[in-house]
Amino acid sequence: MITLEDKKREIVEEFGMFEGWMDRYEYIIDLGKNLSGYPEDRKTEDRLIKGCQSRVWLDWELRDGKLWFAADSDALITKGIIALLLDVYSGRTPEEIAADDFAFLEEIGLRENLSPTRANGLVSMIGTLRRAAEEIVAGK
Amino acid sequence: MTVDELRAQFPILSTQVNGRPLVYLDNAATSQRPASVVERWEAMALRDNANLHRAVHALAVRATDAYEQTRDFVRDYLNAESREEIIFTSGATAAINLVTRSFSEAFLREGDEILIAECEHHSNIVPWQLAAARAGAKIRVLPVAEDGRILLSQLAENLTEHTRILCVAQISNVLGVINPIKEIVNLCHSKGCKVLTDGAQGIVHGPVDVRDLGCDFYVFSGHKVFAATGTGVLYGKKELLEQMPPFLGGGEMIDTVRFSGTTYAPLPGKFEAGTQDFCAVPTLQPALALAGTVFADEELRRSGEAVKAFVLDALHADRRIRLFGDPADRALKVPLFSFCVEGAHHEDLALILDKMGVAVRSGQMCAEPLMDRFGVTGMLRASFAPYNTLAEAQQFAECLEKAINMLT
Repeated sequence: MITLEDKKREIVEEFGMFEGWMDRYEYIIDLGKNLSGYPEDRKTEDRLIKGCQSRVWLDWELRDGKLWFAADSDALITKGIIALLLDVYSGRTPEEIAADDFAFLEEIGLRENLSPTRANGLVSMIGTLRRAAEEIVAGK
Repeated sequence: MTVDELRAQFPILSTQVNGRPLVYLDNAATSQRPASVVERWEAMALRDNANLHRAVHALAVRATDAYEQTRDFVRDYLNAESREEIIFTSGATAAINLVTRSFSEAFLREGDEILIAECEHHSNIVPWQLAAARAGAKIRVLPVAEDGRILLSQLAENLTEHTRILCVAQISNVLGVINPIKEIVNLCHSKGCKVLTDGAQGIVHGPVDVRDLGCDFYVFSGHKVFAATGTGVLYGKKELLEQMPPFLGGGEMIDTVRFSGTTYAPLPGKFEAGTQDFCAVPTLQPALALAGTVFADEELRRSGEAVKAFVLDALHADRRIRLFGDPADRALKVPLFSFCVEGAHHEDLALILDKMGVAVRSGQMCAEPLMDRFGVTGMLRASFAPYNTLAEAQQFAECLEKAINMLT
């Protein structure tokens, strides 16, 4: 498996090729449209991250010392970013995730999608993910 | 006055966002501020800064004069009977909280009912839930019809001998429909029920005459009607305000203070404890003066009508769009449009529109019960002000179309 740092670098380079916001968004929207695999029956209240804007469902499990997660959203751009996050972080060790700053999302021009408003499901999702990783690390 | 002449008073309107000319359509959240308001604000801070009512020196006199003249100005603007009926607050939310505390303490008893319209902003729901819990009172909901109107027949059904107060917006921040406050008040008063009108949106879309409306309380925030942030007004009928105990205790609101007991200042001081935002309050004068000028201007009125008609037609023309607050009589609608688009999420649309320079609101708009009422998790809202041009409305419609096409 490609290292976390290499994976992030790969995505940052990929986004560097886009001309403007429209290309970037169209790409993310495509990722969102193609993201599947989150089981409908897991769209439950306890997996729902509530926000004023989009809704995000997050499910994760620790398997073979690695954190695997699945997520979904009712909004396409958020869903596309979720696809990116899954690609980068799912299957990494809790230590790797807990130590990461998730800053690559800003590097690829998604700062406004991560604005720290209370309404942002994506920010809450990243927070939940990191907490899960940190708790596992602390519990070891 | 032409729209361009009006726009020239608002420096921010000629700026760019994301490399595009700003099209600001989030006016229901906050209006932009004209230079006259900012100049007044600045002058207060730089030249007339002193605490109110307390000292005898020249600065204190100037600051106090500015503050109290603003009260007279607001009284006049709202056509209230006396200056004692105008209480300055930090905004509509603070004004409602004042009423929920003080009115409830004086008049709300166990078993009483509070009637709240289904289209209310959380600010006109949650403080009442707290008050109801304190008093052992019950909340009842006044439903809105499918087209966003409040029907008097529904009101008649929900008013009981136990209803102490009805809480209703003059115009909902989601539906943009003008509620028949006068008729609502008449019906409520005939049953001995008081009425609090949330004017947060109403104050923005036309002149307000509280004596004509007849409501017992009227609240609004300054920042939605061109004035400084942190300003707000509670209008209350004098005989009610006099019977209500103070909300906050502190300086300014007292007559004499002894450990054996304190007596309170007469209105309006009784409800203005502590240091007020004395630099900001005087901005209500240039702000409301401008609003008054705008509402009286025939050219601007025509421009506003054209914008409203264009957006309504554009939204109606697209079968994927579901508009909320859509009465057959267009005169009941203000240029505030909340809608959902089939197959396109409101957050996605708002993000894409922002990239195109168009600022709109997406989400629940602080009105979750209304979202539930219409069975949606959120909406997209474009709210226009008199300084928005027809060209901006066209730009909005074109960008919306593009955004929908990107997503579907």
